[in-house]
Parts: sequence; C-alpha cells; structure tokens
Amino acid sequence: MDMLKIVAFKIGNEEYGFDINQVQSIERIQPITRVPNAPAFVKGVMNLRGNVTPIIDLSKKLNLGETQFTESTRIIMTRLEEIELGWIVDKTSDCLDVPQEALETVSSTVLNREYFSSIAKYEGRLIILLKLEELMKPEIT
Amino acid sequence: MDLNHYLELFIEESKEHLQTINDELLKLEAEPENLTVIQEIFRSAHTLKGMAGSMGFEDLASLTHQMENVLDMLRNAKLKITSEIMDCIFQCVDLIETMVDSIEQGGDGKADVSEVVMKLELIQDPSRAGHLNPINREAAATQKLLVDEYQLSVIDEAKKTGNHLYQMTITLDEKCIMKSVRAYMVFQAAEEFGEIIQTQPAVDQIEEENFEQSFTLLLLSESGIQDIQKQLLNISEVKEVIVIEKTTQELEKNRKSAARDEGNPTQSNNNSSGEKKKPRSKSIRVDIDKLDQLMNLFSELIIDRGRLEQISRSSQILELSETVEHMTRISTDLQGLILNMRMVPVEQVFNRFPRMVRDLAKELDKKVHLSVAGEETELDRTVIDEIGDPLVHLLRNALDHGLETTEERIAAGKPEEGNVLLKAYTSGNHVFIEVADDGKGINRDKVLHKGLERGIVSQEEAKKLTDQQVYSLIFSSGFSTADTISDISGRGVGLDVVKTKIESLGGSIMIQSTPGKGSIFRIQLPLTLSIILSMLVKVEEETYAIPFSSIVEITKITKEQIATIHGQKVIQFRGQVVPLVFLKEIFHVPSVENHFAGEGLFIVIVKRGEQTAGLVVDSVLGQQEVVLKSLGGYLNNIYAISGATILGNGEVALIIDSNQFIQ
Repeated sequence: MDMLKIVAFKIGNEEYGFDINQVQSIERIQPITRVPNAPAFVKGVMNLRGNVTPIIDLSKKLNLGETQFTESTRIIMTRLEEIELGWIVDKTSDCLDVPQEALETVSSTVLNREYFSSIAKYEGRLIILLKLEELMKPEIT
Repeated sequence: MDLNHYLELFIEESKEHLQTINDELLKLEAEPENLTVIQEIFRSAHTLKGMAGSMGFEDLASLTHQMENVLDMLRNAKLKITSEIMDCIFQCVDLIETMVDSIEQGGDGKADVSEVVMKLELIQDPSRAGHLNPINREAAATQKLLVDEYQLSVIDEAKKTGNHLYQMTITLDEKCIMKSVRAYMVFQAAEEFGEIIQTQPAVDQIEEENFEQSFTLLLLSESGIQDIQKQLLNISEVKEVIVIEKTTQELEKNRKSAARDEGNPTQSNNNSSGEKKKPRSKSIRVDIDKLDQLMNLFSELIIDRGRLEQISRSSQILELSETVEHMTRISTDLQGLILNMRMVPVEQVFNRFPRMVRDLAKELDKKVHLSVAGEETELDRTVIDEIGDPLVHLLRNALDHGLETTEERIAAGKPEEGNVLLKAYTSGNHVFIEVADDGKGINRDKVLHKGLERGIVSQEEAKKLTDQQVYSLIFSSGFSTADTISDISGRGVGLDVVKTKIESLGGSIMIQSTPGKGSIFRIQLPLTLSIILSMLVKVEEETYAIPFSSIVEITKITKEQIATIHGQKVIQFRGQVVPLVFLKEIFHVPSVENHFAGEGLFIVIVKRGEQTAGLVVDSVLGQQEVVLKSLGGYLNNIYAISGATILGNGEVALIIDSNQFIQ
C-alpha cells in the first residue's frame, strides 16, 4: 500500500531520485542564459513555455563536479511552494514504485549530507532520494 | 433568496459609498453651508441603508437609518452643523466601516450600534433621548387603490392575455425595524409573479417608512392566489398577506370617487428602480489570476510578433509586411489595454488618508494640513493592495514624530499649521511615493545614540556612518526615538515593518532630512509585470536588455578618451564626468575566442535622478519591447539584474537594473 513513486535519474554512475509529486516535467536541454553573480551551481535561466525558470546544475550542487552536456542530459522540472526550478541530470532512468520497506534512512555516520532523505533499495539498485526543500534552501555565503 | 453571490458586490459598493461619504464629510467640514455636499452624503447613506437592509444586515441598516435621519434634518436646515454632529457622523461612518470589514472577513456584520444610535437620536431630538421610533408622519390611512387611465388600459390589456388582477394587503410584524426593507423584499418577490401596477401608500412613501404596519399593492399576474400568498409569507417578518382578486369595474369606481377627492395625490408605481439609476460606469470583477494569465499569453504573442517582424524584414514580401505592421499596431493597443487593466491609480489608497490625518491631528492636538499630489499615478494592482499599510505607518510617523507641537512650531517661528505632503510620481521604470513633512527633521545624534544604546551599531561603525546610513537605523526593529511611547506610533515596530514590506514588493525606501526643516521618506517601487521598451546590447556573446527609461544617450568613444580618477575609469561627456561601468567585468562575462575587438567602445549612458553612469558594452542591437519577467522566487536579489525577458528567438535575456550602478 505504502508505495512511494519516485523519478530516478543518474548523475555520473550514481542513481538519485525525486518524489514524483514534486516533479513537473522532464525537458531536453535548451539554450540557457547565464545569470551573472548567481551562485556557482546556478547554470542560468531557461525559457520554459514562456516562463523564465532557473536551472541548477545538480551535480555541482552536490559537489560532484560540473555536468558535461551529452545527448542524454535532461532537465527535471520541479515545483515546490510556487517556485519552479530545473535540475540538470546526466540521464533520466525511469519512474519507480518503491515500497516503504525498501527505504532506508540515511545513517548519519555514512552519509551526513542534509540533502538526502533516504536510500531506496530496488531490484538491486541503490537510489538516493533527495530532499528538494533542503536543496532549495539558499546557501549561506 | 440566496444572497451570497451578491455579497461581494455589496461589499464593493458599500466601500465605494463609504468612501464618498468620507470624502464629502471632509468637504462639508470645510464648508458647512454647502447643501449639495449634504445631498451627496445623504444619497450615499440612503443607498447604503437600502443595500444593507436587503442583504439582511440589520444592525448596519438601522445605524445607517439613524444617520440618514440626521442628514435629512441637516439637509432640510432643521439642524445646524456643529463639530459635535460632525464627530458623531464620523464615528458612525467608522462603525459602518468596521461592520463592512467584518462582513468582508466572513463575519456577520453585527456590532453594538446602540451607543452611536443614541447619540444620533439625541441630535435629532435633544428633548426626547432614547425613544426609538423615528418621527412618524401622518400615515396614509385609505386602503383604496387609485389607478389612472393609463394603468386601467394596461390592466385591461393584461387581462386579455390571461392575467389576474390582485389586490394584496401585506401586514408586517410589529417588531420589524426595517419596514422599508421588508417592503422592498415583498416588492421583489411580487415582481417575480408579475407586474406591480400600484401601491398604497406610494413607493417612495413606503421607502421612507411612512406607513404603519401594512401596505397594499396591485399586482398583475398569471399565478394563482395561493402561490403568491405562500411566496410572500416566506419573507421574514411578514405577518399576514391578504390577496383578493379584483375586477376592472371596481377599480373604475374607485377612480371616479377619487377624481372628486382632489387633495389625494395619485402616484404612479414602482419608481424604486429609479432610485438606483446613478451615473456609474459599468464594471465587472475579474480575478487577478485571470489577468495574469492574459498577460502571460499576450507576452507570448509579443515574442511571436518580434519573430514575425524579423521574418517580414528579411523576406521583403509586401503583403506580409503590411499584415505584420497591422498586427503590430493592434497588439500595441491591446498591450496598452491589458497593462491598463492591471494598473490602478494610487488615488485608491490615497483617498483614505485625508480622513485619517484629520483624526490623528485631532488626537495629537496638532494642526496639520495634508496635501496630496500625483494621485493619478498608476501602479500595478498587486502593489496597490500592499502599499496602504506602509503609507499609514509613514504618515503616522510624520504626524507624531515629524511635526512639532503647535507651541514648538510657534517658538521655532514656523506657521502653526504643519504641512504633510503625500506625493506619487513615475520616474524611469519606477514609481516613487514620498511622504514629506515640514517638521523638526531627524536628529542625527539622537538616532545614533539610540542605535548605540540598543546595540544596533557598534562604536566603530557609528563613526563611519553617513547621514543616510544613520537615518536608515530607524528602520531597524526595536528602534524608537520617541521619548514617550504614544498610542499612534513610537512602539518601534512601525518602521521596520514598513521597510520589510516595501522590500518584499521589490522596492526600497530612502530618507532625506534637514534638521529644523523636515524630512522626506521616499519609497521607490518597481512597475512590476510590465512590458518595457528597452535597448538590447551585447557583451561578448551575451545579450542584455537595458530599460529605455533609464537611458540618456548612447555614444561611441575611443579607448583614448577614457581617463582615470582615483582608480575609477571615467569619460567626459557633455561637460560632465561620467564614471564607467564595464559590464563585462561586473557580470564576469566569459571571453569568447576570436572575438573581434572593435576600434571604439559603445557607452550606454544611464541616469538615476541627477546622477549618471556609462555602461560599457560591445555592441548595440537595437530597441525592442520586452516583457519583464521575474527570475522566480529562487533567484532574488541578483546584483543589477531586475528580471529577464524572452527574445524573439526564444532565448532568455536578462534585464539590467542600472540604478544599482549608481549609488
């Protein structure tokens, strides 16, 4: 019963996921306009059907280095509390129904990153679920 | 009757009427002899009463009723206007306002009106305090209904088409306070069945409650007696409904007897609708969201238009370019219209201030003259809704802290009456609202001292602060320089709230102050969500838009013309030294290889107030109307970027806020 629907995607060789309720759409790369003096992980802004939407390099945000654009690079659009954002990922894999039992809370000793909510173990894959609200918090500079 | 969907209309209109009453009352206070002003107030009060009654807000209706009585006496010169009466009416209006507010917030609009009602009654009849019934003039006693020739022919005509003529006598409950309202509801209900031919007493008499417990009306209807009776009895406080079918002959007889009795005036029916015929432009209410959507769709259209223009220019097909030109003209009009729909004159906010200042001045025992200027300045509706509270704070502050007491003013050799100026104007793509007073100004040392005391600034910081910085200390939370805490302001909560609010609207606030001369609080607000004419410029490979409104001139210089003053690169331009801002450096634009370095530099000269700066760009693409879009809630406060726009090719260009280059 307690299924969690997630959108799974890849950054490098690691698999991550967003709660599907927060995901609006998945887009191909379009021209992105750089925003000067914005945080480094903000790739820029993009025209998404008439709306100017900030695009964030998720890999950079997670300190995994800058994303190199390839054919499979996608942007996952999310929406949380009226704010729409796009997240650049290397590749989107699929949508999954993960039972609650398959979720493991991130033990603070192994991964003490505030961005991770839990790890889903699904058919041998390990998917790190991201906390969108934490990712969206402005960084203290 | 389901009144819920009339509620919004009721609230809206009530507010309008209250505003009129307030405005006119202030006028009346200035010129108490002016009868037309009283007439105006009376009319609004009367409509208000009617509306409140039909919506079933009894307290509101009875209060307005008493107020109306007083106004009526003033109108007929039975009373002389005194400041007591004025205060009482003002108090009454305030109470009505509270009630309407309560209704708006989903309350029942009930309030204790007895005190004010008592006062009003005392004014009407000082000898007879506390008596509830209004002066009942001689009530019409005859039950005979009189019809004229024309009405008879109407009745005859109607009978041929199967209508019946009913004489109905409606008796209201003794406890019914708003008889006219109930009567009105009866009329409404009766009109559902057919046509009201005649009433006894006449409609205007009924409206003024010049009848005892019952009244009679003639109704033409196809429905049966029982249906009508049942429906009318459903109205609350209707005690009894007697319906009798009438023949024309009986009426004819009545008419003849009436002809002899010349003293009895015959009144034609149903002019209750005439009462509402006020010259007011028709309007509908539209959800702001819908306007936003419209705006969004329209901006897409603008983008396409830009693209079409490009195509027509390059293809050089005459027919196409003609069509595109036509479309351009139409869409320009359309654009003006859409923007206009969202724009509201600040008047809407300003017009409640004269009243507020009057009350406040009385309370503070200061003589204050408020001048309002630029109330026609328009602002986006969303901003209008938010700007009221901050302005109230600022005005209160000006009156309470800014202006001296009358004695102090006389001692300082100033006119007794203090001046407060509320002014709005547009400059560039910003709207400014100023609250200026000619009071004592801000005491720099006092503010600084307080700031140190409250630990808002440290000793070292304090030494380096400019006047402007010191003044802005008063916007810090928990700051108040008033020696005593007053009811009006001075709890140290006001001004920091003001600042937060203004900033949340994307604006800023500045203070100018001269000791002994007064201070000016200047609010700068962006014209949010609008289409602006801008100049598209290129820096390396990036395109930026600079709003036309802030551009003075565009010029081309050679590198040799650049001089340096104290490390700052400047040029001399038309006798002025203009500091240069290299966008490439400020925006950290990545260099593109093989970039063709031109001979000269394009300088876009921008202004902010009196000051100028030169923005150095690589090339100028041309002007274009762009739709200002926000960068979204995530990217706020990006330095010198006020928003973004979508270009003809679908790409996003950032809009430069050149004000930030000029401090």
